[in-house]
Amino acid sequence: MTKDQSTPPLIVPTDQGLYCAAGDFHIDPWRPVPRAVLTHAHADHARAGSQRYFAQADGVPLLRHRLGNQDFEPLDYGERRRFGAVRVSLHSAGHVLGSSQVRVEHDDGRVWLFTGDFKRDADPTCAPFEVVPCDTLITEATFALPCYRWPPVERVGERIHQWWSGHPDRPCILFAYALGKAQRVLAALAAHTDRTVHLHGAMVPLTELYRRAGVTMLPTEPVSALPRGHDFSGALILAPPSAAGSPWMRRFKSASTGFASGWMRIRGNRRRRGYDYGFELSDHADWSALLRTVRDCGARTVLTTHGRSDELVRYLNEVEGVDARALSTLYGGEDD
Amino acid sequence: MQAFAALFAELDATTRTRVKLDAMKDYFEQVEPTDGAWAVYVLTGRRMKRLIGARKLRDWLGEASGLPDWLVEETYQHVGDLAETVSLLMDDGEDRPAVEGSLAEWVEQGVLALRGLDEVDQKARVLGHWRRLPRSACFLYNKLLTGSLRVGVSRGLVERALAELSDRPRALIARRLMGEFEPSADFYRHLLSEERREERDGQPYPFFLASPLESEPHGLGPLTDWQAEWKWDGIRAQLIARPADAEPNQVWLWSRGEEPMAGRFPEVEAAAGALPEVVLDGELVAWKDGVLPFSEMQRRIQRKKIGDKLLREVPVVFLAYDLLEYRGRDWRSRPLSERRVALEALIADTDAPALKLSPTVVADDWPALAALRENSREHRVEGLMLKRADSPYRSGRVRGDWWKWKLDPLTLDAVLLYAQPGHGRRANLYTDYTLAVPDGDTYVPIAKAYSGLTDKEIGQLDRWIRRNTVEKFGPVRSLRPHHVFEIAFEGIQPSSRHKSGIALRFPRIARWRQDLTPDQADSLTQVKELLNAFGS
Repeated sequence: MTKDQSTPPLIVPTDQGLYCAAGDFHIDPWRPVPRAVLTHAHADHARAGSQRYFAQADGVPLLRHRLGNQDFEPLDYGERRRFGAVRVSLHSAGHVLGSSQVRVEHDDGRVWLFTGDFKRDADPTCAPFEVVPCDTLITEATFALPCYRWPPVERVGERIHQWWSGHPDRPCILFAYALGKAQRVLAALAAHTDRTVHLHGAMVPLTELYRRAGVTMLPTEPVSALPRGHDFSGALILAPPSAAGSPWMRRFKSASTGFASGWMRIRGNRRRRGYDYGFELSDHADWSALLRTVRDCGARTVLTTHGRSDELVRYLNEVEGVDARALSTLYGGEDD
Repeated sequence: MQAFAALFAELDATTRTRVKLDAMKDYFEQVEPTDGAWAVYVLTGRRMKRLIGARKLRDWLGEASGLPDWLVEETYQHVGDLAETVSLLMDDGEDRPAVEGSLAEWVEQGVLALRGLDEVDQKARVLGHWRRLPRSACFLYNKLLTGSLRVGVSRGLVERALAELSDRPRALIARRLMGEFEPSADFYRHLLSEERREERDGQPYPFFLASPLESEPHGLGPLTDWQAEWKWDGIRAQLIARPADAEPNQVWLWSRGEEPMAGRFPEVEAAAGALPEVVLDGELVAWKDGVLPFSEMQRRIQRKKIGDKLLREVPVVFLAYDLLEYRGRDWRSRPLSERRVALEALIADTDAPALKLSPTVVADDWPALAALRENSREHRVEGLMLKRADSPYRSGRVRGDWWKWKLDPLTLDAVLLYAQPGHGRRANLYTDYTLAVPDGDTYVPIAKAYSGLTDKEIGQLDRWIRRNTVEKFGPVRSLRPHHVFEIAFEGIQPSSRHKSGIALRFPRIARWRQDLTPDQADSLTQVKELLNAFGS
């Protein structure tokens, strides 16, 4: 700790994003920079226009799909790369396919870790979270309140399947984020059925990339492949949340709607958004996973980014006895 | 309680009226009468007297969950519902066995039986339930413990389900659900039974509610088809007078919220003692040679015991405007014109100053009536009521026959200064706003407003509030003065309880004035001019 106070921090927030001066690179920058290390392909973490990108190899096809043709350098998990006075390596974050934590080790011995978005629950669509010991941990805090505790994903998959099979006379539209969540649902449902699921157009290419990466999921068919006036009764349709209330919905008469998200743990959230059903399925760490991760990493200092930073910081300081502070970033974090 | 929890889940998971009705019918068809009675009680929004305060429950929750009190508090603010917060924080991820026991057993043994216990035993029982019940049942148990259960079914919908199930008229069911009732097996059986004559006693009829007129009134057809009255700013009430064994009548007075108001307005009850057997609809207003401002009426409402001094200073009268029952006969299906003639004769025959007729407002044509409406504030009324002359007295809010044609509200532009999260559907969204007006180089709060923005605007403002908080006081955030809102309100009065010296009646947000900056908002001086012009 005395060392951290006498030497400048290894990673600091700047107008461009999190920046490591000792290695002269940015992590998940929100403006164009010369060298960007990316944790994953979600829009609030991956933005186009930087000169060169470093990311885990499984995630690069997703990044190409999202950012277009940029200069990507794929890294394997654990592969070390030297930038100036630091060595950088990526470690699985368990968030979505190819998601990474960024480990930065300075030649003076200090180790900093940025988790990016992460979760510790089972997910067959991506590599599991890896515990990386560090001195200073920069962690997300999207769901950092003790009311957030995820049920086992198998049980959520079962509930989604029950809902689907319980509505043979109506279409079931499940809203889920197009990258990661949708594929996780398709994988979880494979334990219950082999029926075909219909996809909104925004999900088709991403699901195809997951399939090419070897992820086992239910068979899918784009909604657009079916003729106008097709009867979707009894079908399950996956769509991004932005499709709710759009003209696209008109083809599904008297649909039952659901949303797969960690936010659905709170009844008021579901009712406010007007979904019939909420399924608690999150790609972020819940409260207990955040605390477990701080302990597992053995960090003496914890910096928090997006979400319920204030509460996590106070809890870590007062209850866990860890030196914790909030770090201001532009990550949205509300999407799940 | 398992069956009721399943019903709750079904009702909670749909916005379709038909699905809700069928779910309720299925439930009520199978349920034991004692459970049925409690389900009706809970679903129609009735609440038991709170046995354990929310503050105490939060303290217990801190202890039971092992979390610091401030974190329990933050989580509660985020979730926006105490019963739900408990069910979430007591969820330890373990599978718990399904709940046993009926709804009635849970209410009677789980909740009501706490009454006789000391705090230590109350806590032991409640915490025991929290630790054993699965999440959804834990939520429901806490809802029973803390108050009413809002599940997106209106009372009218419950009435419809019961009417369809029992094949009785909905109006009969509605009437039996008026006022207070004891949720017992007998009550439930009676609720679904055939009507008997002797049922009429002190129970009120369902009120007929007017709808706001949203277009120009000439669209309603010739004025001669309509009866216009002032829209009073008082307390809507139903007055029931029935002959007692000894003189005078037995009298009941019910508010529109179905609260019995016995003893609150003794002058009105005394005046009704000499009436024939009638049921009247009307408005309680403070009156001295004319209606007094609502703030005077409030002095009467706030007191449980009414002293002679207050009775002299703020006398209350019942302004009758409809006749529901006359000499023991139900008149509700007769046309308003006929009811009105009888009502006028009735009041004329009653020599009691506390019973008056709400006069009709007569004009030659719609423009002339509109001109009279413009003078509403001078008469201390909110505008006009338009009632179709041949309309029956209906139950509940039925559009078409009764319209309220209120005066356009007063408005002023004020600055957002504090925000607080809402509850339920608006949990963890900043939706409760305190608005202020500039006074020199400071701001003085002028009103609290909760509604009037679209969901999109609420979301946009919520994000701004989170980023522009100056200070936090518990759940309240103080904000940089930046956003200006036009607030609409029905009246303005001097007040010694408000820092600004002014109280607004029914303030709500009319518009987000994104074109204005805080220095362009109305100043306290301008608001005081408004008080001088319109304050009563």
